[in-house]
This record gives sequence, C-alpha cells and structure tokens, in this order.
Amino acid sequence: MANSDAIVGWKTITFGCHILEPGNSVNFRTGDWRSQRPVVDKEKCIKCGMCWIFCPDMAYTQDEEGYFEANMEYCKGCGICAHECPKDAITMVPEEG
Amino acid sequence: MSKRVGIEVSIAISEAVGLARAEVIPAYPITPQTHIVEHLSEMVANGELDAEFVPVESEHAAMSCCCGAAAAGARVFTSSSSQGLSLMSEILYIPSTMRLPMVMVVANRALSAPISIWNDHQDIMVQRDIGWIQTFAENGQEAVDLTIHAFKVAENRNVSLPMIVNIDGFTLSHVIEPIELPDQEDVDKYLPPFKPRYKLDPRRPITMGPVGIPEVYTEAKVAHDKAIKNSKRYILKAWKEFEEVFGRKYEPVETYRTEDAEVLLVGMGSICETAMTAVDKMRDQGQKVGLLKIRLWRPFPAQEFRKAVGKTKILAVIDRCLPPGAVCGPVGAELRSMFYKIPGAPKIFSFVAGLGGRDVTVSRFEEIVDKARAFAKKRPRELYEVIGVREK
Repeated sequence: MANSDAIVGWKTITFGCHILEPGNSVNFRTGDWRSQRPVVDKEKCIKCGMCWIFCPDMAYTQDEEGYFEANMEYCKGCGICAHECPKDAITMVPEEG
Repeated sequence: MSKRVGIEVSIAISEAVGLARAEVIPAYPITPQTHIVEHLSEMVANGELDAEFVPVESEHAAMSCCCGAAAAGARVFTSSSSQGLSLMSEILYIPSTMRLPMVMVVANRALSAPISIWNDHQDIMVQRDIGWIQTFAENGQEAVDLTIHAFKVAENRNVSLPMIVNIDGFTLSHVIEPIELPDQEDVDKYLPPFKPRYKLDPRRPITMGPVGIPEVYTEAKVAHDKAIKNSKRYILKAWKEFEEVFGRKYEPVETYRTEDAEVLLVGMGSICETAMTAVDKMRDQGQKVGLLKIRLWRPFPAQEFRKAVGKTKILAVIDRCLPPGAVCGPVGAELRSMFYKIPGAPKIFSFVAGLGGRDVTVSRFEEIVDKARAFAKKRPRELYEVIGVREK
C-alpha cells in the first residue's frame, strides 16, 4: 500500500474522482514499492544531471553542492538513473527487510 | 398552451429533446432508434435546434463524444439500441462514476443471435450495472415526459449522473400516438440552463478521469453507489415539480387495481398497458388481480415497491430477458433478493415472456396469473418459466 497523506474515504474523495489541484501526485509517497535503491558515489559524480533528467518519477533533486540525490519517498528503484549515469556513479543496492 | 398531436413516438422524443434545448447530440443510427436521431439531425440542419449534431462513426465513439461534451459542460443527448448499446458498453461505465450528466433514450431491442431487430429488454439488462439512473416508459406520453424529466434529474447538482429512459422498440418507437407536447415556456421554466459542478475549462484546469489506484478505487465506487442511491429523492422531487408544471404525475412504482389483490403482476415498459387490460378482464371475472409497474429501475425503489405490494401474497414477475444459466430473469432476481427473509414476504414467481418481439397478449397474462396461483399451492421445480415457448 502506498504511504500517503492523500488517501481518502468515500465521503472525502473528490467529486467524480476529478483532480482539482494540479500536481497533487506528490501527496502519494509511493517509494515503498522499491526493492532496490540507488546509491550515488560522489567521488565519481560529475553533477551532469542525467539521473535527474531520466528519472521517470522526478524523484531526483539537486543539493546545495550540486549533487543529485533521489528522494526515497518517491524513488521506486527502477534503476534507470544507474543505467544512464555516464560515469557509473550510481549503484543499485538491494533494500533489506 | 401545450398541444396534443398525433405523432410518432420517436419524433415526439426528438421534439422533447429540442424543447429541452440539448446542446450536443453525438449519435449513431440503429433500428429501432433511427427515427429519433434522424429527426434530431434534421432539426439541427434546419436551424430549428441550436445544437451540435455529431455524426460519429460508431456507438463507441458516440458515447465517448458524449463524455467529452458533458465534461465541457454541455447539455448532452444520445440514443441507442441493442447491438449499438452493447458497442457502447465499455464507455457506459465511465460517465456515471465520473458524475457526468447526460440523457440517453434506449429503444429496447433483443440482442443477436439469432439476429432480431424486435423488442425485448435484453439489451438494457446487459447494461444493468453501468450505474446510470434508469426509467422505463409505458407509452409515448411517458417517453416524452420522462425524457424531459431525465435532464432535470441528471443535471441536478446533487445528482450529476447520466440517465437512461427506456422505451420499447417498435411498440413505442414506431407507433403514432396522441401526445401532448409541452410548451417551450413551460419546459424552460422546468429546466433551467445546465450549470455543472465542474467542467473542463482552460481558465481553471482540472483533471477528469485519472487512474484509481487500489487505495482509492473502492472509495470511488462506493461514492458512486451512494450518489445513485441518494438520487432517488431528487428523482421524486423532479416528478413532483413535473406534476406542478405539466399536470402529469409520475411515481417510481405505480399500482393498478392492487386493492385486496391476491396476485400482483409485475412488469416494466409497454407490456403494462396490455397487462392493465388483462387485469380489468380478470377483475370483471371476480379474480383479485392487480398490477405493479416498475417505472424507476435504477436506483431500485425498494421501499416504494414493498409499500406497493402491501399484503399481497403472490407476485408474478415478468422479465423480457432470459439470462442463460441464471437462476431467473433480472427483475425476478432483484425482487427475490429484496424480499429474502423479510417477514410476511410474498411468494415470488418469475416468468420470462415477450422475447425478440413476441407479443405478450391478454391471454398470456391470464396464463401467468393462473400459473402463479398454482405454483403458490405446489412449488414449481424450476425457478422461472418461459411463457409461450413451444415444447416440441
């Protein structure tokens, strides 16, 4: 089950299931589907942002130093970032438990 | 003043849609609904009706187009029948859970095979669970009145659901009857312009029809179920207002000579007219027989139905639909489950009649009543009986 602030009951679900607020998918923290997580090796990372571009869930954000990191509340562990990284700086590590 | 004219029921329905000022009409012709959309197309082409008539390539497209137009806030009408209604099936479930109001007249017809263009209720019973409000008309006047009523109900902001008016193919659609067509002024008074709760508008973008993940699908369906159940009060209110404006009264379950009845026939649609004649004949012979007509099929008016049955002990339910392999016809099954384990419940006997255009005559109703009486004394082996089938 997705961990979410947006889970509604039949009384609170929007009329006709319309989405009235744009971008509300951010309320659905679907990262708990993940079976593996991307780990970035900052020694290899050149801050090119390919992971940020290719991430299908827009889970990556750039930190103050310019490195990219995936938000584990949304990352589903698909591994596209690791596959696309030109410097092989991202390793997919199995989630434990 | 409204005028009483001799008019084909299909044409009268088109005129009613015109009086209701429908704005978008996506439709595909199919027997026996053809005259309805043909006449609407003429009305639009002649400039008599300011609407967009969309000559779509199929019923699947017709219903898809209806959804889009309703989502954009238009008053939408379409009509279909039989195979065409089945081709719509995939889309029919969509406007109801999405709460998009629209009105469809279904000219009820059998489903193939064998190919039949004639009347029964199999086409609509296949679509029983699409979540639309559904009424059944008994004659041409009712077809006109229920069409106007349907817009009023569907577009009520507390309802906001699509609505079907069922009319029997040929028996109603192609018959010329004296029909009172209401005045434009009265219809305008009864039916104000459609103001949807939400619509697709670039100035205020919203998303309609998103994915319902397992976490919300159940809630979405329950919300729909509650909405259609809750719609009954607005259906009744709209009938009351209809009576005030047009002088004709409608109820979800209508009774005919039910006082002290030992046996009640239960039917839907045009066969009820013949059933009334049969009831008169049987009453003249001293038999205590009456008739219940189900006008509102979805949401099913259980409370009103139980009240209408009163103390009668035998119900003879007529289905114009034979679902192969089922325990009985859909109306019979509905009533049996509704009365299950209710103290003092009547004995319910299910009959299938009038398939694929076969007439259900006065003598058939007499036969049904006789059989129901016999079954009440000695339980039948089967859970339903097909009337008039040749056993050879």
